[in-house]
Amino acid sequence: MDCSHVFDFKVSRLIVVFTLFLAFFFVTPLLYAQGDTLKTTSTEHAEPAAEKKFNLGKFALHHVADSHSWHVIGDITVGLPVMLYTPSGLVTFNSTEFHGDDEAKLVVEKDGQHFVKLHEKIYYASATANEKGEYADVDAAEHVKNLRPLDFSITKNVCTLLLSVVVILMVFLKVANSYKQRSGKSPKGLQSWIEPLIIFVRDDIAKPNLGHKYERFMPYLLTVFFFIWFNNMLGLVPFLPGGANLTGNISITVVLATITFLMVNFNGNKYYWKHIFTPDVPWWLYIVLVPVEIIGIFTKPIALAIRLFANITAGHILVLALIGLIFVFNSVFVSFVSVPFALFIYGIELLVAFIQAFIFTILSALFIGMAIEEHH
Amino acid sequence: MITGSIAAIGAGLAAIGAGMGIGKIGSSAMEGIARQPEAASKIQTAMLIAAAFVEAVALFAVVVALV
Repeated sequence: MDCSHVFDFKVSRLIVVFTLFLAFFFVTPLLYAQGDTLKTTSTEHAEPAAEKKFNLGKFALHHVADSHSWHVIGDITVGLPVMLYTPSGLVTFNSTEFHGDDEAKLVVEKDGQHFVKLHEKIYYASATANEKGEYADVDAAEHVKNLRPLDFSITKNVCTLLLSVVVILMVFLKVANSYKQRSGKSPKGLQSWIEPLIIFVRDDIAKPNLGHKYERFMPYLLTVFFFIWFNNMLGLVPFLPGGANLTGNISITVVLATITFLMVNFNGNKYYWKHIFTPDVPWWLYIVLVPVEIIGIFTKPIALAIRLFANITAGHILVLALIGLIFVFNSVFVSFVSVPFALFIYGIELLVAFIQAFIFTILSALFIGMAIEEHH
Repeated sequence: MITGSIAAIGAGLAAIGAGMGIGKIGSSAMEGIARQPEAASKIQTAMLIAAAFVEAVALFAVVVALV
């Protein structure tokens, strides 16, 4: 079949897009130059704040990190409860009392104690401000020397965790109910959306890796699969119900990996432990092999945690970096390239959200399967 | 004048390595599927797992470069 006309069309489109892309890069320096001349002519009433350089790295890292308040749009921020455990008991207040301050410049007094917020961490305030106006003792390497209270606050991530629990419970209780009411009939509604996924976890993840004992581990595998997948998807929603980077938070992924670690080692049979402590090699190789095997027990869950954390965080940073390019070049024309490209990355992220949930679950199943395997 | 951290070069090198690795995995999986189309789903699963291991190394590099 002759498809050359389609090919020509695509090539011409590619050329147009590429020229536009190059054109922006040539145009932006010009815009920059114009902006510079404008600035020099109006130096009398130029605000120093407006000329503050946009720091893309800080911007991206701030947005993937956890936060004590939930930014909605513009200046609108939703406050979240702050709960601090101090030597004199529990202290609670709303995070709006910091009035959006994140530079330790505003001191909140509660129960005779003084707190400041610096880079989304809460410290005991210093008695006096330093030369930058911060009520914190910050050294040259930006290390904060102030003490911190134990922080049990409901942060953005904790909020999303609770929200995702509610969403998952709602979905699965509804599906479980419809299985009870419609037993023997074909699935309907939400049921027909969830059923293929459950069968996918059972037939493609549990059965090939766990063998005939798969039923014992199905609850764990299903929970971990849907928890990671729902939270990956919630993290991709850019506005209020989503927006928190929960599965891109190292604490969450470490907890998930720790559960897998416990599942593997508590279910490990004698063959599993024999393989670690007395492998089938000449005895003098034990000096090398046994430590390696013991390290192997721990590296598997660590890799599991870091893989999920880094994948999701990298995806978020990529989208933020592409959008941030508009502000780096300080030109609206960059958006014609960066916004479609960010949209494209978003599409890939939807796929990654699923693949990472799948990878975490299948590797958990694989490690458990290796631990419960019987020797023939 | 060029500014920035040398960690970016390291992250780039890791990306090259992972790219080559995932490319090899993908090409081999394609060959396998072409030879035995009925085993496509099994090959795909194995391919994804292998790709995840390679990708993890690149992401370690990204994490190290970020920190």
